[in-house]
Amino acid sequence: MLGRIWAVVVKELRQLSRDRMTFGMIVMIPLVQLMLFGYAINTDARHLPAGLVNLSDSAYSRALVKAVEATQVVDFKNRYLSVNEAEAAITRGEVKAVLYLGADLDERLVRHPAFAGQTYFAEPVGQWLVDGSDTVVASTIRSLRQMPLDEIAGRAVKSNPPSFEVVQYFNPEQRSVVNIVPGLLGVILTMTMVMFTSAAIVREREQGNMEFLITTPVRPLELMLGKITPYVLVGFVQLAIILSAGHLLFAVPIRGGLDSIALAAMLFICASLTLGLVISTIAKTQLQSMQMTVFILLPSILLSGFMFPYEAMPVAAQWIAEALPATHFMRMSRAIVLRDAEVSDLQFDALWMIGFTCLGLLVASLRFSKRLD
Amino acid sequence: MSAQQASAGGTVAGTSAAETSTAASEFAIETRGMTRAFGGINAVENLDLAIPKGTIYGFLGPNGCGKSTSIRMLTGLLSPTSGDIRVLGETLPGAEEKLRRRIGYMTQKFSLYDNLSVRENLEFVAQIYGLNRRQTKARLAELLSLYDLAGREKQMAGSMSGGQKQRLALAAATLHHPELLFLDEPTSAVDPENRREFWERLFDLCAQGTTILVSTHYMDEAERCHGLAILERGIKRADGSPQQLMAAMGARVIEVSGEDLRKLKQSLISDANVLSAAQIGSRLRVLVQSSIADPLAWLSPRVAGRALTEVRPSLEDVFVTCTGGRAQLAPPNGSQATIVETQDAR
Repeated sequence: MLGRIWAVVVKELRQLSRDRMTFGMIVMIPLVQLMLFGYAINTDARHLPAGLVNLSDSAYSRALVKAVEATQVVDFKNRYLSVNEAEAAITRGEVKAVLYLGADLDERLVRHPAFAGQTYFAEPVGQWLVDGSDTVVASTIRSLRQMPLDEIAGRAVKSNPPSFEVVQYFNPEQRSVVNIVPGLLGVILTMTMVMFTSAAIVREREQGNMEFLITTPVRPLELMLGKITPYVLVGFVQLAIILSAGHLLFAVPIRGGLDSIALAAMLFICASLTLGLVISTIAKTQLQSMQMTVFILLPSILLSGFMFPYEAMPVAAQWIAEALPATHFMRMSRAIVLRDAEVSDLQFDALWMIGFTCLGLLVASLRFSKRLD
Repeated sequence: MSAQQASAGGTVAGTSAAETSTAASEFAIETRGMTRAFGGINAVENLDLAIPKGTIYGFLGPNGCGKSTSIRMLTGLLSPTSGDIRVLGETLPGAEEKLRRRIGYMTQKFSLYDNLSVRENLEFVAQIYGLNRRQTKARLAELLSLYDLAGREKQMAGSMSGGQKQRLALAAATLHHPELLFLDEPTSAVDPENRREFWERLFDLCAQGTTILVSTHYMDEAERCHGLAILERGIKRADGSPQQLMAAMGARVIEVSGEDLRKLKQSLISDANVLSAAQIGSRLRVLVQSSIADPLAWLSPRVAGRALTEVRPSLEDVFVTCTGGRAQLAPPNGSQATIVETQDAR
């Protein structure tokens, strides 16, 4: 039994080492994705392109525009003469927001408590027109609503003592990349593990190797174990690439023990590989196996908590997320890498993945018959 | 477990089934009423086979006649819709795993790995069959020289010619010394020279006691078999040795030579007593129903003075007479060969 599994492992490794494209993908997928996500994804929006309609053109209005620009939230790219023109610019996508300052700006300013320092009958001094379809842009502009006006009034900015003090553990500078890198482990391992294994078995069938193999004494479980074992190795290579590149390039802290990380990754790799095996027993062609992989991959990216907080999702979506191995690994990897948790702190997720693997192996070997009909 | 032990174990298992011992000693394959339907259409219909051990038996027929389906049922890859199958004394379906070590299968399409070398492919197969390192080395050396692959051990299987691939596939299929070898159209991608060589190897295996079942659509290959079944649309049309089949053929063969044979062919073929007329070079080969007592006399007024000679039938003539809906009942001549009636006659 071990001899036959080993035979399949050796064969698979030899084939893998000759498949330069796949070999390159194993290294390049994590590196390129890490670069893309690490540099590109940033949830704190800065320097949004904005427009300005300034009907007042007073000294105060120019000071106000300067103060808004100084926040770095927006860059005023264009000036428009009327609101209609500005609205058209938003529709065209030229600017994301427009600041409208009316001709009566100075009068509004002197009555405004933030400017005058005392409470009169008050109205806002200006208006933001925002492309609200992008919620991130809209909420960023909303943060300007309570902008202090003391500086324009020529006073020192007076700071109100906060109601609460917030201490940000684990990521004090609030860099998104710190949260992304451990999450990216889950996304990339899902993608490569599920895709490679599902394609690996379907390929044997498509190229006619299976018809010979199933007349030999090799058993379905032996064939499957032999086929997925090399990919465990591949998974650990990718794990090492992502963690070390994340640590070196993006200064992502690795607080947890490497043994805990390895154990969690092992559980997740096994769960993903068996998922790939189950797909391979359903798909008839490599194209189908690829499509099914994408079907698994998209929710793994969107629902697992990689992009959006799990807690913010509706309960139904949480149930779907709970069924995906990526969700459990996302929790584990972030807990271990960022918060120095132990696997024993994450028993539920660990046990869930062990259960998933056993069930997957069972389903796959039951579905894989050594028959053609 | 070594291959020797494995095959020894298989033999013990085969003979210990007491009630089958006589059948097991005589026939490698026995089927009765073997039928396989795909979506309501019978790919193989009521196939009865009795293939003696130590012979080369052929399935002859056009593409889609049920050759591959039959082989897949006999190797346990497909289960029959109905009918009984006994292979090497074991009943199928049910004893597939037991039979794996005793049968070899060479698929129609090359089924080894293109991106592994000759040696790596064979090593893989040897490991799957449980040979140890020393046995593997010895067996590989033997196979490489036997199948003329020495010096190519490091070549990738994908870069080899059709003939080399086929020899490699045969080496892989016979690596574990199977008692019964299935070959599904083994020479479809091979030139005549290599085909001759290949058949020499098959007779070597047969001489060592291996039973071989080979499917083909080449007449010259079919003619080399000890026994032969002609299949058409899943139905066995004829069964016997090539000589028996030729002797039992329900037609006589007359060759006509002369001018303007195309036109002559058209006029002859319209007669119901003419089973077929095929031009071969400057001669027209005419198959006349054996119910005509003197075919030469019958034919001469119909050929406008062209020269006539009666010749010995070939296997192709047998094939033509018993396929294509014009099959004829063999005259009762005491031979074992049978030619099955047409569908209309049934």
